Amino acid sequence: MSADLTFKIEPPSSWPAVGLRELWEYRELLYFLTWRDIKVRYKQTALGAIWAVIQPLFMMVVFSLFFGKLAGMDSGGVPYPVFSFCALLPWQLFAHSLTQASNSLVGNQNLITKVYFPRLVVPISAVLGGLVDFAIALVILFAMLFFYGIVPGWQIVALPAIVLLAVMTALAVGLWLSALNVQYRDVRYTINFLVQVWLFATPVAYSSSIVPEKWRVFYALNPMVGVVDGFRWALLGKPESPGVPILVSVIVVCLLLAGGLYYFRRLEQQFADIV
Amino acid sequence: MSNFAIRCEGLSKQYRIGSSQQLYKTLRDAITDAAAAPLRRIRSIAQNGNLQTPVKDGYIWALQDVSFEITPGEVVGIIGRNGAGKSTILKILSRITKPTHGHAEVHGRVGSLLEVGTGFHPELTGRENIFLNGAILGMRKSEIDRKFDKIVAFAEVEKFIDTPVKRYSSGMYMRLAFAVAAHLETEILLVDEVLAVGDAQFQRKCFERMREIGNQGRTILFVSHNMSAIRSICKQALIIERGTVLGQGQIDETVDQYLSQINATQSLGEAVETNTFTVTSVQVTSVAGPVIKTFDPVQVKVQFVPKAEIKDPGLYVSILTMESRRLTGLDLKDFITTSSLPPGKATELGFTIESLPLLPGAYQLEIHLKDMAQNLVEIVPQFFEFAVAETEVYGGRKLDRWFGHIGLRAQPLNNSSRNGTKK
Repeated sequence: MSADLTFKIEPPSSWPAVGLRELWEYRELLYFLTWRDIKVRYKQTALGAIWAVIQPLFMMVVFSLFFGKLAGMDSGGVPYPVFSFCALLPWQLFAHSLTQASNSLVGNQNLITKVYFPRLVVPISAVLGGLVDFAIALVILFAMLFFYGIVPGWQIVALPAIVLLAVMTALAVGLWLSALNVQYRDVRYTINFLVQVWLFATPVAYSSSIVPEKWRVFYALNPMVGVVDGFRWALLGKPESPGVPILVSVIVVCLLLAGGLYYFRRLEQQFADIV
Repeated sequence: MSNFAIRCEGLSKQYRIGSSQQLYKTLRDAITDAAAAPLRRIRSIAQNGNLQTPVKDGYIWALQDVSFEITPGEVVGIIGRNGAGKSTILKILSRITKPTHGHAEVHGRVGSLLEVGTGFHPELTGRENIFLNGAILGMRKSEIDRKFDKIVAFAEVEKFIDTPVKRYSSGMYMRLAFAVAAHLETEILLVDEVLAVGDAQFQRKCFERMREIGNQGRTILFVSHNMSAIRSICKQALIIERGTVLGQGQIDETVDQYLSQINATQSLGEAVETNTFTVTSVQVTSVAGPVIKTFDPVQVKVQFVPKAEIKDPGLYVSILTMESRRLTGLDLKDFITTSSLPPGKATELGFTIESLPLLPGAYQLEIHLKDMAQNLVEIVPQFFEFAVAETEVYGGRKLDRWFGHIGLRAQPLNNSSRNGTKK
């Protein structure tokens, strides 16, 4: 290591830099923390990583029964199980990542009070940890598509971008909530409730087409609308033109992320004192 | 290349304490304070930028205007009483927390060992934890790969390296944790009392390792209450007292200065309050001379004023190590009964100890004041430090820490009786 590595220690500033370069230098720690979360998640469980699949599958069964069969929800010509599972996947990715990220700083307080590293590593690694479960569930989804004889069109190339948007949404909200959680533990109790309400504000069990035309733009202010519509579009080709919700979603996420970074970095300077 | 490794200028750190500002809040508070909270934070941030911040209730200055310089390659011990601000200095220098005022400059990669085994996960194996903990301490994966075998050998856990650490004995766990930390290769190392882990044999090994690291020309700041450890590892010392630097200099004279100071300032600066008593002074003095030496006759005097009538006053005094391990205790009721005290009467109770069997080092007193008539026991919420001066105890030998705390009056078995048993 170079000996001229110098840094200055100064009182908290109200306009902290984002510190992306430093974050890059700590990429190995990011990797190890993510790896730890994944490794530990299913330790001492009998079913192991199957849990990653059980939850969305079960939800799909429940949704298909109540919304698909009993309520006769319109799924735009797609078999309802595929229709709902296709939305449950990005939703679970988002919900899981958001919950993990929000509790990440408090859960790692032993690290925060004893070692220095860019604190952003903690919520980011929590969010990344959700991707493994997602990848496993994605295999099941492709099996289902094959079973129902659905062949995705060219739009499937957009899938990684949509997944990235889901991850960014979770991170943007997660940054706010994790920093807030350091000071107010109420966040921990609010988060489950928030995720439940959010689920119904997102077209997972139903199609976004049931929302009246004039409300669509407001509806899309929920960034998960763009994510779920985009995900369905990429795999099922429905809805046909999710451009507007996706665009609104990208803008909202960028704003949330910028604000979240600022808020996080400013509060970060006191994490060790108040956690 | 600069001519210092660490330079602090006017470092101050303010902490919130007490219940007036809770560290984190409950739901009820969050609701009632919902509107006020952001305002209050904006206000407090605005005040932090202002040097004239008055010290309000519920705030404490852990550090005040601390300035010092450390030249590269220096091994410096930071000494001071509990709560003097030693750990806060390390926390600021390792960038865990920010100073309220002042600034510091650090040249070189910093490794901080404020605790061993930070981030160890019980479900992961020893091998996995080495990598995780190494990454947390700031090592590169390639670096850990390279040192892996050395770390495992140092910790003596070869056989269990693929066992989850939750199955480890606490000794194995500690050894592994220290082993990872001991192989950090940063230019600057900040160490906080981590030698106080494991069994005596492993402590010795850690201690040797520290000395070895110190001889490699790296800059080390080492916080400890263990004066003999500090003396043998460090070349310089820094005394911290109530958040300020009291002195910096060559190791032996600085430690001597510190130890003599402890004894000089035993009587309290200000009274300590419990519910029923106001403790005005606690003193430990040698009857034989100005400093306390091993086996000296000493007096322990506790002066206090009761706030209410005490029918059957009692006093319990206990001697603790600086790591707060209880060594022994004395209860006045085992000796005498004391007549009742009216409220407001200045009182002195205490003991004469014929011969204090403590080896050189710093110790602390815990004091309980009682009224046996009402089954009232109040623990004085502060420990009182005193030091036994560094002297020759057994036949002109200066003792190191491997002798523990207790001095024994001993004689060798005489030759004739040894011959007698052999026969």
